[in-house]
Amino acid sequence: MPNFSQLRHFMQRDSRTFPRRCGLVAAALLVLWVGAPGLLAQEKNPYAGDAKVAKLGEYQFRSNCAFCHGLGAKGGGRGPDLTRAQKHHGNTDAEIFHNIHDGIAGTAMPAATNGGIGVGMSDEEIWQVVTYLRSVEKKATAAETGDAARGKELFYGNNAACATCHMVNGKGGRLGPDLTTTGSSRSVDYLADSVRSPSKRLAVGLSEPLKDFAQEYETVTVITADATLYQGVILNEDSFTVQMLDRSERLHSFEKAKLRSFQKSRESLMPTYDVKLLPEKDLKDLIAFLLAASSQGGAK
Amino acid sequence: MRASSMDGGRKSRFLVPQNYPGRRRRAALGMTSFCVARVLMTTAGAIAAFLLLTAQSSAQVTAERLLNSSKEPQNWLMYSGDYAGHRYSALDQINMSNAALLVPKWAYQTMAGGKFEGTPLDVDGILYGTGQDDRVFALDARSGRPIWQYQQALPVDIRPCCGRVNRGVAILGDKVFVATLDAHVVALDSKTGNVVWEVNTAEHAKGYSFTLAPLVIKNLVIVGVSGGEYGIRGFIDAYDAATGARKWRFYTIPGPGEPGHETWEGESWKIGGSPAWITGTYDPATNTTFWTTGNPSPSNRGEGRAGDNLYSNSLLALDPDTGKLKWHFQFTQHDEHDYDATQVPVMIDDGDRKLIAQANRNGFFYLIDRTNGKLLSATSYAKVTWSTSKDAIGRPVGDKNASPTPEGNRVCPGAAGATNWMSPTYDPQTKLFYVTAREQCDIFATAPQPYEAGHAYYGSAYFPNDEAQPFWGALRALDPATGKLKWEWKHSSPTWAGVLSTAGGLVFTGDAEGNVIALDAASGKALWHFQCGSSVYASPMSFAVDGKQYVTVAAGSTLFTFGLP
Repeated sequence: MPNFSQLRHFMQRDSRTFPRRCGLVAAALLVLWVGAPGLLAQEKNPYAGDAKVAKLGEYQFRSNCAFCHGLGAKGGGRGPDLTRAQKHHGNTDAEIFHNIHDGIAGTAMPAATNGGIGVGMSDEEIWQVVTYLRSVEKKATAAETGDAARGKELFYGNNAACATCHMVNGKGGRLGPDLTTTGSSRSVDYLADSVRSPSKRLAVGLSEPLKDFAQEYETVTVITADATLYQGVILNEDSFTVQMLDRSERLHSFEKAKLRSFQKSRESLMPTYDVKLLPEKDLKDLIAFLLAASSQGGAK
Repeated sequence: MRASSMDGGRKSRFLVPQNYPGRRRRAALGMTSFCVARVLMTTAGAIAAFLLLTAQSSAQVTAERLLNSSKEPQNWLMYSGDYAGHRYSALDQINMSNAALLVPKWAYQTMAGGKFEGTPLDVDGILYGTGQDDRVFALDARSGRPIWQYQQALPVDIRPCCGRVNRGVAILGDKVFVATLDAHVVALDSKTGNVVWEVNTAEHAKGYSFTLAPLVIKNLVIVGVSGGEYGIRGFIDAYDAATGARKWRFYTIPGPGEPGHETWEGESWKIGGSPAWITGTYDPATNTTFWTTGNPSPSNRGEGRAGDNLYSNSLLALDPDTGKLKWHFQFTQHDEHDYDATQVPVMIDDGDRKLIAQANRNGFFYLIDRTNGKLLSATSYAKVTWSTSKDAIGRPVGDKNASPTPEGNRVCPGAAGATNWMSPTYDPQTKLFYVTAREQCDIFATAPQPYEAGHAYYGSAYFPNDEAQPFWGALRALDPATGKLKWEWKHSSPTWAGVLSTAGGLVFTGDAEGNVIALDAASGKALWHFQCGSSVYASPMSFAVDGKQYVTVAAGSTLFTFGLP
């Protein structure tokens, strides 16, 4: 909240020396003060399509966004791929601006204001980033990649049996990450890669407040004091305890010191779906299903 | 040797000492008019005791007390506990045999979001601390109940690079000193929290701010500025504790005509960064104060600032009376990876050798002769790829192919460093140096940008490898003489918690998962932990009141104090 007496003081002081400029500045400040919500709701990108601004936006993106969203906006360890035309939290310029400016509640996405995690971006710089994102956007529709309806059958059927461990729109298993929004947050290449080599990048799970890096779906095998063996995925972990989901989708919490054995692995529990297990056409159909599922009301 | 500090040192102000004046006078009066005398003397005794209590409760924290802080281990009189920067407590009531019994005694909530990086002071049973958004508070150390609270009215256009943090206060006389995010230094009355004086040191809107706990030497309050992300010109200032008048300023970037100015290309020195955002140390024997500086600006791009860029990423030996530079040692020349040297420069005496030990953000552990600034050794204590060679004086020098590139160049340590601002500790009993190490590499990619006042000025970007790449961290115990690893405690992920060592044979630290942990200082075995519910982003301290030892550390938005049941 601006200090009104400071603003008045500023107006009085400058009105003697630079009356015209002062008027403009004061008016601008008043707009900022009174009309802040209006400004934030700005809907049109003033730089849309400007290649020079897109380049500036690329540097802004590298400095402020790439830490999570990766170089080239292709997605990082914890931020989604932003080259997808279909964005989970909104596709319009105004929505993207708002998401950068204010952050996204319930996610790790911080507000681009001072005192947040970043160093702060001005509105102009945010529009530069929006311009950049538009310049790297790739459209990938379900129709281009394969047959979504067949993909759905594969996903829920017995051959690929993805739904044993993965859920889409509330249906499926829990041992792997919920894939409802994956189609809009990851590229087609990334999705294909994840099916073919599941251990290459483990999915990102729980992110605790203030913690730099999120927990991952690492594979865990424990043997308890009474010699019971549990294998599953780690939901959370610290130096002394582990919270896991076993293969039967039962939640367990253990104190590591009381276990007979505790072993973690970055080999995913997910089978490697090579071309024999999942022919290329099946893979494309499966991805088509994930893309369709992640669009509004898709594949229900 | 273990100091049994619970018996020695100053008594709490609420305990009447055995030899208080009323008792002596009463004995001298003998048997005359016994009843009258008894009434009178009881009154006199009460008055005398009251006067004494009053005198003690307004006991001044003199410059002498600060110099002799080791004589009152029940107190924690400055950010690092002592002038040597040891962050060591001579208290041993909490020790190897009973650490497992520790329980939380009280918690104080700042109710603020963001990172809580402060270390409170303890002065005769009162804790003085700071929290997020430049909150300052005085608490009853027994109960955690607030005595006063203060919050700086921060303008909207401050430029904190990395959170609205404050690491603590300094104390002298009846004032506590806080350096704020709007680049002010404020003196508060230690009884009331009222502002005694306040000075503005620089233009906050251009990126100048303070995050550190000031250091008091003699009658001066010494502060170093933050803002290496905004193209400031760094400085270290000294203010008269009584009046707030500035006594000296040392610019960490030499101006035209000064030695070192030639290490900057063109006009780059004007916006060359080199902040000094971690509290220094002080050697009374030579009247030298040691300060460390941060990255040159722009932090990740060397183009446009050819040269070593003195005195960025350096250790500075200053005369505290004048601010004159005695010598300097630069850890990382012409830095392009954000390797601020802002880690507490720890003073260690090894026989005749007077040393400064520093585990630097660039991954090397340095030993420097603190009488002349000569490098004695530099040993890596974490994964390092930015340097593979040393120069004639043994300094690790950066490889040309470690520079940020348009495609991105993976370099270790990453921009957060092999360690960072969180305090290390030196334990004179084990003679080990304990440091929080972070094993994390980053990809550095160019992102050129022009300087604009008050805007972030990085020049390139860094981010973690997007391939599956586990980051991890550890508390490492190093033999300072060799830099060799004695033991390590592996954290579940990299942490931002500092380390405290105590005469009880313990080291205390915290982790990103929210645990406060007590370890055996000799072996690194965990003896106790407590889950605070949010990351520990601070360095612990210890104090005693009413003969009971406590350990205090911030986690989440809460200050936790632990003690024996």
